[in-house]
Amino acid sequence: MKTVLEAKNLNKYFEKPVLFHVLRDINFKVQQGEFVSIMGKSGCGKSTLLYILSTMDTDYKGELYLNEKLITGQHRDKLSYIRNKHIGFVFQFHYLLAEFSVLENVMLPAKKLAEKSIAEIKHDAMEKLRILGIENLADKKASRISGGEKQRVAIARALINNPSIIMGDEPTGNLDSHNSENVFNIFKQLSEEQGLSLLVVTHDKDFANKTDRIIEMGDGSIIS
Amino acid sequence: MINWKLILGIAKTHLITKIKQTSIAALGVTFGIGSYITLVSFMTGLNGMLDGLILNQTPHVHVFNEIEPSEKQPVAIYKEFENAFNIVHSIKPKQNQRKIHNALPIIQHLNNDKLVKGALPQIKTQIFYIAGSIEIGGNLTGIDVLKEASLFNFKDYITQGTAESLHNSDNGILLGAGIADKMSLKLGDRVQISTIQGDIFPLKIVGIYQSGIADLDNIQSFANIKTVQRILGEPENYITDINVKLYDIDNAIPLAKKIEQQFNLTAIDINTANAQFETGTNIRNLITYAVSLTLLIVAGFGIYNILNMLIYEKMNDIAILKAIGFSGKDVQMIFMTQAIIIGLVGGILGLILGYILSSVIDKIPFQTEALPTIATYPINFSPWFYVIGISFAMISTFLAGSLPSLKAKKIDPVHIIRGQ
Repeated sequence: MKTVLEAKNLNKYFEKPVLFHVLRDINFKVQQGEFVSIMGKSGCGKSTLLYILSTMDTDYKGELYLNEKLITGQHRDKLSYIRNKHIGFVFQFHYLLAEFSVLENVMLPAKKLAEKSIAEIKHDAMEKLRILGIENLADKKASRISGGEKQRVAIARALINNPSIIMGDEPTGNLDSHNSENVFNIFKQLSEEQGLSLLVVTHDKDFANKTDRIIEMGDGSIIS
Repeated sequence: MINWKLILGIAKTHLITKIKQTSIAALGVTFGIGSYITLVSFMTGLNGMLDGLILNQTPHVHVFNEIEPSEKQPVAIYKEFENAFNIVHSIKPKQNQRKIHNALPIIQHLNNDKLVKGALPQIKTQIFYIAGSIEIGGNLTGIDVLKEASLFNFKDYITQGTAESLHNSDNGILLGAGIADKMSLKLGDRVQISTIQGDIFPLKIVGIYQSGIADLDNIQSFANIKTVQRILGEPENYITDINVKLYDIDNAIPLAKKIEQQFNLTAIDINTANAQFETGTNIRNLITYAVSLTLLIVAGFGIYNILNMLIYEKMNDIAILKAIGFSGKDVQMIFMTQAIIIGLVGGILGLILGYILSSVIDKIPFQTEALPTIATYPINFSPWFYVIGISFAMISTFLAGSLPSLKAKKIDPVHIIRGQ
């Protein structure tokens, strides 16, 4: 099976306010189609790890591979391109662009990638919205829909460029149990039906237990 | 690679959703540019008028025979006193004729010069205006009135009568407005003048001359060259002055030097004669640009402020854009584009505002005794001001936008997303 994401000997230090070793020798792999969750107490460094894996944080030691290619030390613009094409993001807070419509929000990463025509992108975006059951919201403003709907729009946006992996930072942390379950089912379905890899940081034990694998973190290292 | 269509789309959405702030920022530029255009058009219009008042009537090179002492006294030429220390007391001006020797060939020579627009002969002489037993001192200048009219805007200063009527009359005179007032004379009356020699001639007033400079109008009158030659009892080649008008005023100094050397005459160029006008013009321009620049800097701070606020409001959006694959440069361009759109829209509106305001000023009546030819405030509608204005707008918004945009470029998305 193909390895989508691999971390080798990741170490990170915070220098302010005092020197602090946040991540110690992190090594792990995520295979294609795998649904992995990262658990751990607050402050154990799981979000920090996720932002390093997402290529947004470049201040670390060690090596990071995406689709078996080294991405550590790449230029920022190149990393932006990698994020755009290969990584989808879902955050705890929904982070849609409030002034744009739902459809425009979903189309944005694909427009940035500019590999397809606007008409194709629009078609793809509607398709993703249909998969998530919210195609009726397409023309609404992003600021005018409910929290659960926003999170689904965010997932649709993460999917638009058919990424290699989707990363989530507490994607259900701000949702009630009904919507949480909904989001989990969507993730599960994507992983099983489309062979998408997922890496999700969560506090929610029920959510984590249903995933393929749990990475347990404590004090900056992987416990199990 | 930057996807401009996408960047423009996002910038446009930002601007439209914040239409109030956007319009205020753009209005700042509009007022800045508008007042610059108005100010500079009005100021240079006024400058042009004031300069024209003097410079239009002033020849670019004035050639005449100066009454002056010889540069070298005869004793200095005498070989036997070569090494001696000579003292000459009470030096007198050299005995010289007032007329320019060979004036007509010189005029012809100058008229053939490619740089010269025209060279006109004049005869200047002192006369007395006689009113009963009172004699008033004055100047009479013999001119070729039609050529003066075409080269030196002479017609602008004839308030009554016409240049043609002087040209057509054998014993006509264009009387200075001041003299006419003093002697209660009007168009069609006769005035007696007396030469220094004491010969009295009656002349018919065919026009009134008013330059706007009172001292001049109180003494100066004009007649045809032939009339003056006849009054003075001089032949047709008697010319005391030659006035030269050039195509390019910058050639005045070299031409004046050349004439002095070539013909052994005195030639004064316009820059030497009227140096203070240049200075006045420069200082007025300086003030205009200083005021306009201040206005634009204030407008620039407005734009800076509003973009800065916008970026604080859009922190989350910036973070999300970066997270989904927009590079720092893309984000920078989004905000830069907004600044440029504000500058362009504000600037163009400013040009329109400036044009409207200066057109209004151009219609305001402005009549003054000193300036007989001016009916409304003068405005200089030079397209250059509009080019400079829009460039100013673009440069100042570019500078004002670049700092906040750079900040947006440098925002760390992790910092924002984790900070929630």
